Amino acid sequence: MAFVFFAYFAVVSIVAGILTVALKNPVQCGLALLALLLHVSGLFVMLNAEFLWAVQVIVYAGAILVLYLFVLMLLNLKTDDRYFHAKAPYLLAPAAIGLTYLLFLLVRSPFGGSRGDASPAAILLNGDAHAIGIKMFSEYLLQFEIIGVFLTGAIVGAIVLAKTPRSIETRRDA
Amino acid sequence: MIPLSAYVAVSAVLFATGLLGVLIRRNFIIVLMSVEIMLNAATINLVAFSHYLEAMQGQIVALFIIAIAAGEAAIGLAIIIVVFRGKISTNVDEMNLLKW
Repeated sequence: MAFVFFAYFAVVSIVAGILTVALKNPVQCGLALLALLLHVSGLFVMLNAEFLWAVQVIVYAGAILVLYLFVLMLLNLKTDDRYFHAKAPYLLAPAAIGLTYLLFLLVRSPFGGSRGDASPAAILLNGDAHAIGIKMFSEYLLQFEIIGVFLTGAIVGAIVLAKTPRSIETRRDA
Repeated sequence: MIPLSAYVAVSAVLFATGLLGVLIRRNFIIVLMSVEIMLNAATINLVAFSHYLEAMQGQIVALFIIAIAAGEAAIGLAIIIVVFRGKISTNVDEMNLLKW
């Protein structure tokens, strides 16, 4: 049963990723990206990461993707007939060969290693959000604060960038 | 039981798709969407290793990746609006003002 779900989420997310890159209309690309994000969040559920599932749906599908679609609708872009880069055909063959070799290496690798203390049974005791919270606010508190400062800086920067400069406004009035 | 290699393979295919999108698309917004695909591939990898090696660190870093993706989307879309205001084109091969 788990294998069926994994196959569904994996195949649909890969197809949606290819559609995001290949479709012509930017709004359709955005909707394909939405399908990709939701199915990747399904993979998170299969990996016992329920908190990340919720964060993925709320932040990615709910906030970031809406921002993308908002800018797409705001700019109302006309798609050119030539929507791929001029050198695109030359890139496809090296990409396919490289990816095949990478997959060959990955499937053969054993990926063993020392195990941590967060076994699935230990996480299920109090839930995934509890386990992440304990870890985040004990060992990763400094990084958490840095991310907060980073996001504040990013938002201020975005507002400063997107604001209409004063010189343009006065020129338009005159 | 699904092997760890399966998740890593899915993540590799998604990453290659995103990288190809960054390289071959002309529309700057689609290029940014391809970057989001690559960030998602990295997140799948981190969460898969976090589950199979029974450590919490992967999920913490995945949360940081999602926060950084939010910042990147905000800044990137602001840059698109600035470029679109000056010059009515968002094709990456026509933005060459800073090119040497």
